[in-house]
Amino acid sequence: MSWSKDEMVDKIISLIEDGSSVNLGIGMPTLIAERIPSDKNLMIQSENGVLGVEGRPKKDEVSPTLINAGKETISIKKGASFFNSALSFGMIRGGHIDYSILGGMEVDVEKNLANWMVPGKKITGMGGAMDLVNGSKKVIVMMTHFSKKAQPKLAKKCSLPLTGCNVVDLVITDLGLFKPNGNSFDIIELAPGVTEQQCKLP
Amino acid sequence: MEKMNAVDDPFKKIFSNAKAALIGLKSNMTIMSGGFGLCGIPENSINALTEMDINNLTVISNNIGNSGRGLVKILVQKKIKKAFCSYVGGNPDLEKQILNNEIEVELVPQGTFAERIRAAGMGIRGFYTPTGYGTVVADKKEVKVFDRPCLLELPLHADFAIIKAQKADRYGNLWFKETARNFSPLMAMAAKVTVAEVEELVELGDIAPEDVHVPGIFVQRIYQGCDYQNDIEFLLTEENQ
Repeated sequence: MSWSKDEMVDKIISLIEDGSSVNLGIGMPTLIAERIPSDKNLMIQSENGVLGVEGRPKKDEVSPTLINAGKETISIKKGASFFNSALSFGMIRGGHIDYSILGGMEVDVEKNLANWMVPGKKITGMGGAMDLVNGSKKVIVMMTHFSKKAQPKLAKKCSLPLTGCNVVDLVITDLGLFKPNGNSFDIIELAPGVTEQQCKLP
Repeated sequence: MEKMNAVDDPFKKIFSNAKAALIGLKSNMTIMSGGFGLCGIPENSINALTEMDINNLTVISNNIGNSGRGLVKILVQKKIKKAFCSYVGGNPDLEKQILNNEIEVELVPQGTFAERIRAAGMGIRGFYTPTGYGTVVADKKEVKVFDRPCLLELPLHADFAIIKAQKADRYGNLWFKETARNFSPLMAMAAKVTVAEVEELVELGDIAPEDVHVPGIFVQRIYQGCDYQNDIEFLLTEENQ
């Protein structure tokens, strides 16, 4: 057994204190916005210049100027604010964002993260990822435990170009919750039925 | 130059259209262009650039357009020699030019990108940031250790900034809707000449002083734009996730 995507999302939500500010990376982390229970007050920031993202707009309330960093249309909640990119990254780089939750390709035992580039593959750019991992109070990486080639993504040393050095606090995969400790990864929790051997930790 | 008369144009900043407002923009210049993806891009100014006989531009813009839209229009005309940007996903034309060595691209972390533009506008000659330390971004940059190792980053200046706002008054005070402002206020401060195109040109006083997002001192030229597409890249609604 392992955790489904929804179970991973719910696990993360349960770890985040009420009232926190959170930035969600493109991909799996954006699912978090859709599963926050109504009694949990989180302020979701999107680095293109909004704090207080809610969810999706109703069809007749779509605005081309109201988008998230994934360039998707969004709705906002009461108490939201808009700002320019420098102030937005001031929130991020200045240490004001409580949680940054990003996708990952590799995390290693020294808290390094690689998630922005595979040499020889499509060029996309790092966007705000390098700022987010260096500036947020807590960095959580959310990813599948194994790559498509069945390689564990929790590594002794990242082989792909880094996004940040010594930045990752916590990793959630479909197999469990892990914390890099310098030599390997501490197991915080395993998904039901998952064994330590299955995780192939370095 | 096609300009309005003094009564309508007390600060001599109003131009009749994009072409008139971009006079003086020449080959080899550095141009900043506002917008995040296609949100808030200066559509009319970009269209005017496609018709100008210019090349070897250095362009500073977060995305350099997307799938045939925005700055991709001048990219495919081979008018851009060098680009500074943070994210180029969903831009196959740019990727092709990078792989063919037809363009030089400096990928800059988005916060460093915004801060380098802001620094230019603020008169800051350089700043240290931990962003990018230990990555390819650190290549050839000075490192200084504060609480953590940091990179020295330098300002990004431009000859022209082309930006779009929802409203401007006749002094160039600007107001932006929702997330449309992104990099535009920073670029307005960082360029020698800032050209703001607007959906609505209003009278002095129509934008309340406390609602001004960019004070008019940072805007040199203004024109009323037209035919805005305001493209949505990914339309997601409650009904259609």
